[in-house]
Amino acid sequence: MHTGVESPRGVWWKPAHKAEKVWVVLAFAWCMVLFAMMPLWHWKGGQNPSGIRARVEPEAYRARTEEFIATYQVGEEENGIPIVEPPPGSDVYLLGQMWLWTPSLRLQKDVEYTLHLSSVDVNHGFSLYPFNINFQVVPGYDYGLRVTPTEAGDFRIVCNEFCGVGHHVMVGRVEVIDPAAAAERDESEPEEAQDLTLNAPDEGGEGDR
Amino acid sequence: MKGGFRVCPTTSLRVHRQADGLIKANAVVATVSLLVGGITGLLVLLTRWQAVHLLDAVMFYRVLTIHGMSMLIFFIIFFEMAVLYFAGPVLLNSRVPAPKLGWSMFWLMLLGAVMVEWTMFTGRADVLFTSYVPLKAHPLFYLGVILFAVGTLITVAIFFGSLVVAKREKTYEGSVPLVTYGAIAAAIIAVITLVHGAAIYIPTFFWSIGIGNVDPQVYRMVWWGLGHSSQQINVAAMVAVWYLLGALTVGSAVINEKISRTAFVLYILFISMASAHHLLVDPGMGPTWKVVNTSYFMYMAVLASMIHGFTVPAGIEVGQRVRGFTKGMFEWLRRAPWGDPGFSALVFSVIIFGFVGGITGVTFGTEQINIIAHNTLRIPGHFHATVVAGTALAFMGVTYYVIPLIFRKKVAFWSLAKIQPYLFAFGMLIFSVAMTFAGTFGIPRRHWDMTFSDALFDLQFSPAANLVVTVMALGGLIAALGGAIYILVTVWSVFLGQPMEGDATYVDARSS
Repeated sequence: MHTGVESPRGVWWKPAHKAEKVWVVLAFAWCMVLFAMMPLWHWKGGQNPSGIRARVEPEAYRARTEEFIATYQVGEEENGIPIVEPPPGSDVYLLGQMWLWTPSLRLQKDVEYTLHLSSVDVNHGFSLYPFNINFQVVPGYDYGLRVTPTEAGDFRIVCNEFCGVGHHVMVGRVEVIDPAAAAERDESEPEEAQDLTLNAPDEGGEGDR
Repeated sequence: MKGGFRVCPTTSLRVHRQADGLIKANAVVATVSLLVGGITGLLVLLTRWQAVHLLDAVMFYRVLTIHGMSMLIFFIIFFEMAVLYFAGPVLLNSRVPAPKLGWSMFWLMLLGAVMVEWTMFTGRADVLFTSYVPLKAHPLFYLGVILFAVGTLITVAIFFGSLVVAKREKTYEGSVPLVTYGAIAAAIIAVITLVHGAAIYIPTFFWSIGIGNVDPQVYRMVWWGLGHSSQQINVAAMVAVWYLLGALTVGSAVINEKISRTAFVLYILFISMASAHHLLVDPGMGPTWKVVNTSYFMYMAVLASMIHGFTVPAGIEVGQRVRGFTKGMFEWLRRAPWGDPGFSALVFSVIIFGFVGGITGVTFGTEQINIIAHNTLRIPGHFHATVVAGTALAFMGVTYYVIPLIFRKKVAFWSLAKIQPYLFAFGMLIFSVAMTFAGTFGIPRRHWDMTFSDALFDLQFSPAANLVVTVMALGGLIAALGGAIYILVTVWSVFLGQPMEGDATYVDARSS
């Protein structure tokens, strides 16, 4: 017997004790379960961060976002941020810059959109409150995610990547409306705001283009 | 440069004068860095604790940058340089090859560290620890990191040189001890890490003075080859220190050299790719790249930690049984030296690193779970359990042996030193678990104001989140108290402490 500060003499490549063997086999088996789970979940699960990835010049992305806003803007600006209501199934552009998310989005429940994220200056972080869904927003890269809002409500986008001294004021807005419920509400008294549950919305995106 | 050896009266190891000197110098600078990182950490805590909210936004981000760099780079790497000088020359009874170069590199690292600290303290580098391009710092920030990395790389080379010298001069018989083997693994990972560091900081330095460009996504990828791999140096060095503390405190046995050494090899082979888990929700990489790097490769490194998590406690048990504590299942544990801060630090380091740090790390490294963890407080919750309650606590534990064995001083305030690991581990456990839970509410990391009082749109986290943050703050304060005691004990012992008895004069090898 020797300790870890003593040199082992002779050949130290010796069979392990049974207890040690059992532990290594168990640990290895568990690692293999984890190893299998990630690709399996990727194929079978409905929520993956893969998305559609492309390089984009920051100025080109800004132009795309401005065109998107001009096309689908509705009503007044709110806090200086335009409100945009894109049609179902369309490409939605969200732009991060110090220290704003532009535009505010109004989406419909149970409709799939392709949500594009990019930045025109430094790294930002897309964090959807209160669902706690997080993506990295990197300048020069267009991150397209197929998303289907599953809950109606008023959501916030927090920036969770440090982006300079105004980082903590960078909050955006996403509103998800339920057209069916809205039609009903027109006929009856307004209901109380729906509680937001923590069901994750379906983040699609099986393949890459 | 003066040479000569002394014989350690406790361990009978022959200790080279230059090894003593270099270990002392690196350990002292590490402790100073720990003090800077600790004070800034406390300021960060008192600001994130919304009830106190001490600093303004500018100072908060500045102090957070200083906390990250001082702790994760300067404290831990200076300490690891001391570990390398111990695990190489001291454990192998050998001399330090090229001591002049060793001292030059120590001063170069110190110069780099001072440059980085200066840019941060003067507000020229408010870019946080990760300094993601295109956030730009003063060129001297990047240059300081580069100089520090060069010094580290050459110190690692001196360590490899000490292995060659010891082998050639036959200062030990058989194979190198397991602790040295673990240090070799840490040193190899350090080379991989520093190559990544050069690959990213050199172009970023040129970019900062207006030459060339750095792609933000490429920066993130290569930077994490440095940023995460450096945590793997910490893991390998920490595990080596676990074996060292086991040997010093209870005469732990190495149950099977083959198993323990193979586990260290797994770290070397697989840990670098695991850096990919920082990019799981990034736009630049495809799903195949993400899944391969984070599942297959990472789990083989996880296996290595699982193995050490078994062999270290088992070695303690065997060591204790050999010493005669054989009654029943648990006499070995009950009669363990719980009043020895080296031993309690070892035990808490293994437990918190494995159960809190390990489990959170492995789960957050999953492609899908990462979506709900990325950049929330869950992430710092995880790594305060690994690198603080794991690595830093193990390093604190071994300090209580470095003081008598290398500095030749008695540990001052022994009764305080005895409770220090308990306070620090308990505080850090509460802190990191509460921080992890706070992250589940979506509270972002690196954020000055979780009430969003100046934001365009209102946002209110649930009152439960505030409660969890308060618990986190209380845990952090307890840990800070433990950290302060550590610094008091070490500084007092080293500079004002009583010298150890016993002969410690250096005798030149030629005249003896």
